[in-house]
Amino acid sequence: MEANTRSTGRLPAAFLTPGSSSFMDFLSDHQPELLPGKRQLPPTQGVIEAPHGTTIVAVTFPGGVVLAGDRRATMGNVIAQRDIEKVFPADEYSAVGIAGTAGLAVEMVKLFQLELEHFEKVEGAQLSLEGKANRLSTMIRSNLGMAMQGLAVVPLFAGFDVDRDRGRIFSYDVTGGRSEEHNFAATGSGSIFARGAMKKLFRNDLSEEEATTLVVQALYDAADDDSATGGPDVARRIYPIVTVITEDGFRRLTDEESSEIARSILARRLEQPDGPRAALL
Amino acid sequence: MSTPFYVSPQQAMADRAEYARKGIARGRSLVVIQYADGIVFVGENPSRALHKFSEIYDRIGFAAAGKYNEYENLRIGGVRYADLRGYTYDRDDVTARGLANVYAQTLGTIFSSAGEKPYEVELVVAEVGATPDGDQIYRLPHDGSIVDEHGSVAVGGNAEQISTYLDQRHQEGMSLAEALKLAVQALSRDTNGTEREIPAERLEVAVLDRTRPQSRKFKRIVGRQLGRLLETDGAATEAESSEEE
Repeated sequence: MEANTRSTGRLPAAFLTPGSSSFMDFLSDHQPELLPGKRQLPPTQGVIEAPHGTTIVAVTFPGGVVLAGDRRATMGNVIAQRDIEKVFPADEYSAVGIAGTAGLAVEMVKLFQLELEHFEKVEGAQLSLEGKANRLSTMIRSNLGMAMQGLAVVPLFAGFDVDRDRGRIFSYDVTGGRSEEHNFAATGSGSIFARGAMKKLFRNDLSEEEATTLVVQALYDAADDDSATGGPDVARRIYPIVTVITEDGFRRLTDEESSEIARSILARRLEQPDGPRAALL
Repeated sequence: MSTPFYVSPQQAMADRAEYARKGIARGRSLVVIQYADGIVFVGENPSRALHKFSEIYDRIGFAAAGKYNEYENLRIGGVRYADLRGYTYDRDDVTARGLANVYAQTLGTIFSSAGEKPYEVELVVAEVGATPDGDQIYRLPHDGSIVDEHGSVAVGGNAEQISTYLDQRHQEGMSLAEALKLAVQALSRDTNGTEREIPAERLEVAVLDRTRPQSRKFKRIVGRQLGRLLETDGAATEAESSEEE
């Protein structure tokens, strides 16, 4: 048992020392070797091969925000996993989608979820959305050493800001640089194509249903042009993960709901392979 | 040169126990009761911010009577213990039994080490199971002993009298409203048998509700929902509280 490092079985002093409400601060005092950022990497030649997650997209609509991701993980030119999950709830009112080295990213999300939950339990109140976004920034910054060896993690963070009553999106770079994105954002290898699609389709008055359709359209376009992004896999029934965050909290679309959106888009693309057309002027 | 007085170990322990018990008795009592869908925590607490009950982990709740700064310290220690354990292994590996053991060892070591002041706290650690049979309630007195409780438990100053009252009236499969009302009745009886009114604003109520879809089962009951549960009779509330969700 981790906590019982002493023969008496008593909680070690670190557990009962009044301190910060952050689980990461507690870990770095008590067991720093468990923090992903504190790990020492041996010197390596070239880039370490590990599965990479690819495209995550987000879009706001009046009343909330939608965050979605494709399901493919690649290792070089090989598809490492066809049904990976890259979008996770961070807490009741926020979600995080991750592109980059899958193993590290999933670990980072787990620690981030715990960080928010720990704060909430200790303080009896939730962090502000801005506070959560900053916390994620710190975590990415602590991963910079590994990012420089090719093991980067680049998340997209979206949430409903209960104080401002609207959905917000934050994007990050490998150094932990954080920027708030307006209307829509994408990260990962297919993001350039997804962003192009969203730019043409986005409107300020989207409904929740239209916003969820928009992100699946964008993921389809990303998969169309980027080999590392997976499109809807009808044969295996693997569809994108789509999550919606509103004032009612986080909700992940069921497989039926996301398959319905993906299938209707596929049906339209059989007639019009490049998807919906925007007006020329 | 003065000679120190000899104090027998029995006497020293009895003095420490008395000291702790007196400290605990100064605070108000609280009760923890099993009901059909989970476990309810009820106590009198005029403060909205300083809680007696709180969430430790997904299915585990914490209740404490006694000195606030001491049990708050233990509560945060428990949250750190649970989160670290869940992070190292898996969320399912965090159990009330494990947590109660760690608390018992901590309280016991403090109580029996002559250099430290004994803690003036009495804790309850409760875990809600998938079915009522899986519920676990542990009571931890100030000296680090550990008592496995069933049905209902009271801690704090007036605990013995309240426990007796609860034991006589608690039944399995009570609804939340029935359990809550029984708890309030038990808490509002004074030592001399007279009853006093505890207004809803002075009550702190929380549940570990096994029917919640989230993995975190702890929930505070406040405001209108609390008022409604206290007003209606048991039968009517069942339907209403399920509508609420």
